[in-house]
Amino acid sequence: MPQPPASGPEPIVVQSLSKTFKVPEERTHTLKERALHPMRRSSHQSFSALKDISFGVRRGEFFGIAGRNGSGKSTLLKCLAGIYGVDQGKIWMNGRLSPFIELGVGFNPDLAARDNVVLNGIMMGLSPREARARYDAVIDFAELREFEELKLKNYSSGMHVRLAFSVAIQVDAEILLVDEVLAVGDASFQQKCFDVFNKMRDSGRTIVFVTHDMGSLNRFCHRALLLEKGEMVHLGEPHEVADRYLEINFGRDPEAAAKRVEEGRGGDGEARIVDAWVQDEHGERSTTLAQGQRVTVKALVNFLVDVEDPAAGLYILNEDHVAIVVATSSTEHERSGRFKAGESALFSFSFENVLGPRRYNPLFTLAHRGSGLDLMDRFEGAFSFVVTGPDATGGLVDLPVEVGIERSAATSAQELAL
Amino acid sequence: MSTETIAAEPAVPYEGLGRPIHGPRALTDDWARFWHLTYNIARNEFKLKFFGSALGYVWQVMRPLLLFGVLYVFFVVISGAGKGGNPGEAAYGVQLLGSIVLFGFFGEATGGAVRSVVDRENLVRKIQFPRLVIPLSIALLALFNLAMNLVVVLVFALISDVTPMLSWLELPLILTLLILFSTGIAMWLAAMFVKFRDIQPIWEVFSQILFYASPVIIPAESVREKLEHGEFHHILWHVYLLNPLVAIFQQFRHAMVNHATLSAGQLYGGWAYLLEPLGIIALTFAIGFWVFNRSAPSVAENL
Repeated sequence: MPQPPASGPEPIVVQSLSKTFKVPEERTHTLKERALHPMRRSSHQSFSALKDISFGVRRGEFFGIAGRNGSGKSTLLKCLAGIYGVDQGKIWMNGRLSPFIELGVGFNPDLAARDNVVLNGIMMGLSPREARARYDAVIDFAELREFEELKLKNYSSGMHVRLAFSVAIQVDAEILLVDEVLAVGDASFQQKCFDVFNKMRDSGRTIVFVTHDMGSLNRFCHRALLLEKGEMVHLGEPHEVADRYLEINFGRDPEAAAKRVEEGRGGDGEARIVDAWVQDEHGERSTTLAQGQRVTVKALVNFLVDVEDPAAGLYILNEDHVAIVVATSSTEHERSGRFKAGESALFSFSFENVLGPRRYNPLFTLAHRGSGLDLMDRFEGAFSFVVTGPDATGGLVDLPVEVGIERSAATSAQELAL
Repeated sequence: MSTETIAAEPAVPYEGLGRPIHGPRALTDDWARFWHLTYNIARNEFKLKFFGSALGYVWQVMRPLLLFGVLYVFFVVISGAGKGGNPGEAAYGVQLLGSIVLFGFFGEATGGAVRSVVDRENLVRKIQFPRLVIPLSIALLALFNLAMNLVVVLVFALISDVTPMLSWLELPLILTLLILFSTGIAMWLAAMFVKFRDIQPIWEVFSQILFYASPVIIPAESVREKLEHGEFHHILWHVYLLNPLVAIFQQFRHAMVNHATLSAGQLYGGWAYLLEPLGIIALTFAIGFWVFNRSAPSVAENL
């Protein structure tokens, strides 16, 4: 539950909000069907889009709502915006609310910029006079002065977005609700959006922002809420939410995993890899691992016949099936010894986690001594793990890099090269 | 949210938050925005039609004129309807054009409203605004067209030797009744179409029936002549009179075109009998509003 406000009401308070949609099983779409079967009860299933959501947003806060597709985040935003009615619970909004949740809604492609700007302004709550007065500012900000007579259908998508955004920022609302605004536009436009939002936030406006992009969540939000299947999973710091999000997103179904393992099997079957997992630095099994920790990947092997000097291999593949880490036990333990039928052995690979924040699929092999190609077993797809880190550099791995800057007066490039 | 549930809830844990928000509604507290939205949506649509094509205005006026031309040639020139010496047939041409234009408004406001909410799905699902704006802007658009067409009727009337009369002042009242009746149906249709998609063809047929069941082509006096005798005919005549468009068009002709024709009161057999069509207009509007208002909170979910 949110903290009661210290001074003045919080701009947004949501208390035990639930929202249920009725999904008819057979939709009677016509009066005819209704008239022919007046007695037929229209059966429908209830779909709980939101369950018992409670939170508050503070003034001047950039609040993120994250979740997968279908998690209910857009439904929540529409409830906040007053587009969907509330079934249970209550929502308080204190402050003038911007009524749009998407850029350029209501633009008419057959009209020129002016009519669209004025109509959009009125939709956002401006009076026609105010909307007309701001037209010049809008068109200048969008840098569309030379195209103002053009019908919107002749605009490029970039021009369209620029115009929509320029109108949107003219709104005088104290609370802004924004749905995936960054899904549109190129990187520079997205940056422009966020610059404006940051400025708005600094002037005391409250911004609620729905996304499934954890990068922007981390960069811009003060706090965030994570939804999964309509329920609140986490409310707190954006990086915590991002971690949980990745965990949920890449969490896997154990049965499906077992099936994949069977399909991926190979080798002569003289030994079986029974289980494989990843441990964090506390020795706990985990599927979410923070960067910088010590990671251990382990595999439990059962020998079915007597085997001499087996070698285990580990390949950690990223989502593009590129092996980022490859290790084999034969490097250090070529003569691993003789294992009798029925014996078990635990192979482990330990390393400093410098992997970039992404999902990884480890692949284990167990081979006879030699080239490593004479396989006894192959263990793939059983599990995956996600690496999280607050500062993704975008590199495949984030090695500890030492950066130095030496100031040297008037040294030319040639001199440095010498 | 009803006031009962608010009262039944335990005390709100937050001080000074005021009332919780309610979902989307048909109406609003911000009437200025309501009007500006309605007006500007209608205005933009009008502009599109008017300036959208090279012959914008001409097309707008041509439609009723063409229909008028066909009907006039057929009924006056070929079958000689306007030449019987019946007072109902005086100034038949002006009456015909006027009724076509009035019915045109009715058809546009209702027929245009059917798909209106569904077609503006994008707005309904993305913006919070009073839902009633949508059917009302359609009616307003039809009203703009009516105003233009009435200018044509005026010119035609003056050419046809209709002299300006004091009773022309009744026009706002007549139009108000027509607007109330049309918007009532428009609201009902717009709300129903969200659930029942076959409303559109049904309404097209029904609208066509109403066209012939109104004194557009055949003057009400001629209808009465045929239906005056016989019990079954009498019932038919009564049903005919239930159509508020009969009263509206009849009074329009009497007050605007020619005093020699029967007024609505005379046609109905006394002014008191006009309460029947007036009641139907009021009922239509009330039911239309009630249905729309009830569907407004959930319309975004049902689209």
